[in-house]
Amino acid sequence: MIARGKAIKYGNNVDTDVIIPARYLNSSDPAELAAHCMEDIDAGFREKVEPGDIIVAARNFGCGSSREHAPIAIKASGISCVVAKTFARIFYRNSINTGLPILECEELYDETDEGDRLEIDFDSGEIRNITKGKVFGTQPFPGFMQEIIENDGLVGYIKNQMK
Amino acid sequence: MGMTMTQKILAAHAGLESVKPGQLIMSDVDMVLGNDITSPVAVNEFKKLGISKVFDKEKIAIVPDHFCPNKDIKSAEQVKYIREFSKEMGIVNFFEVGQMGIEHALLPEKGLVVAGDVVIGADSHTCTYGALGAFSTGVGSTDMACGMATGKAWFKVPEAIRFELRGKPARWVSGKDIILHIIGMIGVDGALYKSMEFTGSGLSSLSIDDRFTMANMAIEAGGKNGIFEVDEKTIEYIREHSDKSFKVYEADADAEYTETHIIELDKIKPTVSFPHLPDNTRVEGKFGDVRIDQVVIGSCTNGRMEDMRMAAEILKGRKVHPDVRCIIIPATQKIWRQAMNEGLFDIFIESGAAISTPTCGPCLGGHMGILAKGERAVATTNRNFVGRMGHPGSEVYLASPYVAAASAVTGRVSSPAELEEV
Ligand code: SF4
Repeated sequence: MIARGKAIKYGNNVDTDVIIPARYLNSSDPAELAAHCMEDIDAGFREKVEPGDIIVAARNFGCGSSREHAPIAIKASGISCVVAKTFARIFYRNSINTGLPILECEELYDETDEGDRLEIDFDSGEIRNITKGKVFGTQPFPGFMQEIIENDGLVGYIKNQMK
Repeated sequence: MGMTMTQKILAAHAGLESVKPGQLIMSDVDMVLGNDITSPVAVNEFKKLGISKVFDKEKIAIVPDHFCPNKDIKSAEQVKYIREFSKEMGIVNFFEVGQMGIEHALLPEKGLVVAGDVVIGADSHTCTYGALGAFSTGVGSTDMACGMATGKAWFKVPEAIRFELRGKPARWVSGKDIILHIIGMIGVDGALYKSMEFTGSGLSSLSIDDRFTMANMAIEAGGKNGIFEVDEKTIEYIREHSDKSFKVYEADADAEYTETHIIELDKIKPTVSFPHLPDNTRVEGKFGDVRIDQVVIGSCTNGRMEDMRMAAEILKGRKVHPDVRCIIIPATQKIWRQAMNEGLFDIFIESGAAISTPTCGPCLGGHMGILAKGERAVATTNRNFVGRMGHPGSEVYLASPYVAAASAVTGRVSSPAELEEV
């Protein structure tokens, strides 16, 4: 599986309240959540995001409340992967479980500018910054976890396995 | 490379000879837990799987404890929904009001968690069972749903921080002061992703209740889990409460830790976390003059038998300050009965405190003692975030049962030693 898109950058401690503000949690419809994704931190997100784009962030991405709506909103916006230096623990789980690929990479953030073309190979765990001509390694997902993501999350994966 | 206790338990449950930090694994789980807030969401996800039974009727525990006994119609409907699901699935460990207690006090007491287990719970304080040498951690509702269906959960193998405990705590110092001290030292994200592994000669001076309190708050340092080395006290506790078979895992001598902290227990003083983060700690002598309106002694952190005894030791022959409401909540029915039989209720009532049936209640600002704007409470709970116990303009001070009870008497944040001076 390969993800391709441009980089959209955020800094440290992006919390789930800015990813999807609590006032929109009366819906769990992915499209509706996506309509408000990131609006409190980046009003232009909706306009600039294109299918396949990759969020590149610094430390502790997804901290705060454990709402599963946060990864759902990001994924429904068309983001193909989030790469951060570190993630808050429960956000990390919830992302994988709802089928949003996320990767930890210490160097990418410092070596990438907003808008750079990125390519991620989930099999090898390699991230390529095409614009800058640089390659970064991460630990690839083991097979079962790739399958979780390919099956749109943990529920889909297990449903598939139980067939 | 050697493995830590946590790594060994995870390797064994994933059917692997060894694991290393950062590795992603699929693990068997011995218990899947949910409460009245997270289970309804998990049941919805479970239903999407389109299957008609859970992986094991005995290895799921559903404990309505947060808003129970039901505080309003919405809570009643949520509990009704999970009660019906539990009946339909034949889930053995659904604990109704009258049987229930706060989930993290209840499960060990019922013998449902033992050393060497892997436990997931859709509640962040699931880390409590590390006190018994189990790997246990909080997860989301989807994890709970899939855990109920398959008996499995995926984990990223954590790195570890080692806490070597030495010496013996001084008078008026308990597990709560030790863990608040540690959180104050490493910060609320000091153990992010990591397991906190407690070991050392000082362990023998800590009761199992002390250890439950400490493991419970691992999450308040960002930890994935907190785990204690198993000793005779642990084994005695497990044998007394459970007939499940258990397994003791010991860290390898060459296990790797990102940090080691030596904790001299005799140097720790009564410690309080001031608003609004658990790492904002102050020790005895530096509390200042903070007037309070309420004291809560209870929760999954400090609602156990020893906590009741600590409160009684202070309140015996003393009166709760006229400006303070003191609410005492034994965490389970069993603790409730024992406290009653030991005569502690007479002491509490004589002092002017109120005693509640087991519930999370005020701990998360649910019911049974909500704070108004500007009010302050000393609580034996685990989180003092903005608005945690009520109005966003109220304040929570986290403390041990000794400190909480002493504060109830003086009407301000106080150490027990202050009472002796008078
Ligand atoms: S007592 Fe408080 S912290 Fe413990 S489970 Fe209940 S709400 Fe959560």
